[in-house]
Amino acid sequence: MARLIRTEKEVEGRFEEVWIVVEEDPLEQWPEGPLSVVGRPAPRKDGHERVRGQARYTADLALPGMLHAAVLRSPYAHARAKRVDLAPALALPGVRAAIGPGEAHGLEEEAGFAGAAVAAVAADTFGQARAAVEAIGVDWEELEVVLDPEDAVKRELLTGEPRTYERGDVERAFAGADVVVEATYRTQTVLHNSMETHQAVCEWQGDTLHVYISTQFIWGIRQAVAETLGMPEDKVRVVCEYMGGGFGSKNGPDEYTFVAAELAKRTGRPVRCALTRREENTSAGNRNATIQRLRAGAKSDGTIVAFEGEFTNSLGWSGWNASTEGPMRMLYDCENVRTITYGARLNTPPMKAFRAPGFVEGTFGLECLIDELAARLDVDPLELRRRNYASSNDGTPFSSKNLEDCYRRAEPHWERRHEVHARSDAVWKRGVGMASQIWYGGGGPPSYAWVRLGSDGRATVITAMQDIGTGTRTAMAQIAAEELGLPLEHVEVVLGDSARGPYASISAGSSTVPSMGPAVRAAAADAKRQVLEIASQRYHLEERVLDIRNGSVVSADGNLSTPLEEVVGLLEEAQILGKGARGPNPTGMSVLTFGVHVVEVAVDVETGEVNVERVAAIHDVGRIVNPLGASSQVEGGVIQGIGHTLSEERLLDPETGRVLTSSLDAYRMPTIADVPEIVCEFVDRPDEHLTNLGSKGLGEPPIVPIAAAIANAIRDATGAEVHELPISREEMLRALREADERAREKEKRGAPAAV
Amino acid sequence: MSELRLTVNGEEHVLDAPVGTSLAHILREELGLTGTKIACNEGHCGACTVQVDGVPRLSCITLAHTVEGEVTTIEGLREHPLVDAFVRADAVQCGYCTPGQVVSAAALVAANPQPTREEIRHAMAGNICRCGTYPKIEEAILSWQG
Repeated sequence: MARLIRTEKEVEGRFEEVWIVVEEDPLEQWPEGPLSVVGRPAPRKDGHERVRGQARYTADLALPGMLHAAVLRSPYAHARAKRVDLAPALALPGVRAAIGPGEAHGLEEEAGFAGAAVAAVAADTFGQARAAVEAIGVDWEELEVVLDPEDAVKRELLTGEPRTYERGDVERAFAGADVVVEATYRTQTVLHNSMETHQAVCEWQGDTLHVYISTQFIWGIRQAVAETLGMPEDKVRVVCEYMGGGFGSKNGPDEYTFVAAELAKRTGRPVRCALTRREENTSAGNRNATIQRLRAGAKSDGTIVAFEGEFTNSLGWSGWNASTEGPMRMLYDCENVRTITYGARLNTPPMKAFRAPGFVEGTFGLECLIDELAARLDVDPLELRRRNYASSNDGTPFSSKNLEDCYRRAEPHWERRHEVHARSDAVWKRGVGMASQIWYGGGGPPSYAWVRLGSDGRATVITAMQDIGTGTRTAMAQIAAEELGLPLEHVEVVLGDSARGPYASISAGSSTVPSMGPAVRAAAADAKRQVLEIASQRYHLEERVLDIRNGSVVSADGNLSTPLEEVVGLLEEAQILGKGARGPNPTGMSVLTFGVHVVEVAVDVETGEVNVERVAAIHDVGRIVNPLGASSQVEGGVIQGIGHTLSEERLLDPETGRVLTSSLDAYRMPTIADVPEIVCEFVDRPDEHLTNLGSKGLGEPPIVPIAAAIANAIRDATGAEVHELPISREEMLRALREADERAREKEKRGAPAAV
Repeated sequence: MSELRLTVNGEEHVLDAPVGTSLAHILREELGLTGTKIACNEGHCGACTVQVDGVPRLSCITLAHTVEGEVTTIEGLREHPLVDAFVRADAVQCGYCTPGQVVSAAALVAANPQPTREEIRHAMAGNICRCGTYPKIEEAILSWQG
């Protein structure tokens, strides 16, 4: 039965109270451990298409008569286009239409960052469109540029009210602490750099707009495009069968979608608007930089009594104030916590969600501070984490938390540090560090799926979700195959088209499997129930004694075992149609993911070079549907995290605010040569309170703890305290010098006075 | 416009194209071979890798009229054992860089059928994968013969 509930909806750590209609979720969870298909490693259903280059991405789409758009972008970090003259562009060969500020959503007179969109042209070829964009005449009025986040906070140039949080009595707790540590941590701006750039192809057929787009959220695009253009949602069709990465940057439509739609309307032809790599890195979003002033107080026995944090998120011209303070509030059992978080509005490109936004940055600060505290207290870092284990989320029980199991599994990796230290020499110092992980990833309703079963005994899962590269088709097929008792090869998955299936959730916030998986299982169960109804009538047996196993309909007493095709073969052209919906999340509980990383590094103390040599990544995300795909998610997160920690940084010209690292030779992402040994382990225990599946998401957790674990390993290897990302050679050498000075001071104080 | 003769995956093509057109553009837009991806369009990421006479070449910064020799794209390598090896090892996430990875790997194993991990890292370092499938790519190449 459909039920109307008031619930808290979470995406990427952002909460809102919403009314929501949910279906009951009456299915019992499957038993723990690997089943017939779920919990067993499965290569990707669409692996061959992707590997062979047959998968069709938005970038590969060529519609008849399609035009190409190019966008005029502001060269100034803050300026007003007082006059925009499109006439010279329209006079050039191949040009079919040109639009200026206000003529498509996202084209604006006031450019708030270098790279903001102002005007656009559609032409027969992209080269012609680009040449025409160059010809557009603009009179710019330059405006004041603000690039310094601390200056912005001082002047109250913010994206909204600062966010404050407080529990307990922080002042009193610090006054009563035996040890207080404080430090300032800074993290840099990093760029998503999905391999397929942001792009859309728009085509009008009658009054219906067809949007082919590289996106993480088909239904979000449909809603936002319809709302912006003032159309009914059913008049917008959104298609994304394959997409080349998003990492949080492709959750909504941007100017390129509206430019393509408007130019398509004006020309009566399909229009592609695709960002170039350099536009991607100036205009398509980024992980914002942060400044974190942190303080922790503890008793001498290691009990943490107080945390305080002041966080500044350098958001750029737009973006939302991600929860950089989240880990400080949630990771440890601490009665007294006070945080304030500013969102500085700057004349820099916009912040967009990037794989666990806020928590990646906040975990770096907090987990480094915990190790500084451990050093001051002379307590083992793993022991200190255990002593302050949180048993609830500020009073709200966890739906499941197996972080202690992660810690236990971390022990043998942590024990390696003696052997690792022993491999140090005069130049290369080796050490081991750890950091814990907390993040969301519970998903939620609404999400729906259909299952179609034909007389050949093959099933098709239909839902208008997207596979952003995480292996969604495979995981959904595994869940349906398990429920239907079919081999995996007998299940297909159709997704990627709002006109071909019901509403499906966003693929962000580690929500795809926990949101969609239970809906797919429910749809498969509905189809299975119908098969058993038919079998019951055919064989004169009660439904409750029948089941489907390994493609056969069987009775509990073993007397009946007949291939599924024999039963559904009775259907001939008829089909069994199952439908399923995602049930509600458990009320009054916090659904969170947990984990720990143990990292081994080598530091060249002469040059400041840092090599990550080994990473053990242990995660608790409930039931694992596909261990093979899950290990790929962990490795990918760890590797992206190593880039964030050691080499990636978007640099701006401090005078003009222009991005200096928009090409991939200047912006340094990890290559295969930068990858350490990565060991993945999963607790793999279903969350008994969460849906019929018990699975949480895994896309984001592995990138959360890696930076702090690397920094803590560097401290273990050298005694140096790094406080900034990326840990460039300059930062590493600075930290080494500082550690040297500290050691000399200590020696001086400790040594007998020389006369 | 200028005449362009190209042999791609064993097939000869005679086309007209402006001098200065990239090989990647010809493959994708003129020949419909969209397995070759363009991700940076300036020779930094390896997604557009094809082979010319068996040697990996960045097709996005190769002028089509300068190509002498036989071009092999991912479409010409669809039955290569590396394809199954990549799928088996899960050496694919979003898949956008993957055809380029396979083309580079095919050139590597043709020259060196049993590469070491170090040799793989050396030969494959020019192919960026933002999803981070690298450990699985290494496994796929190590086990490409099944």
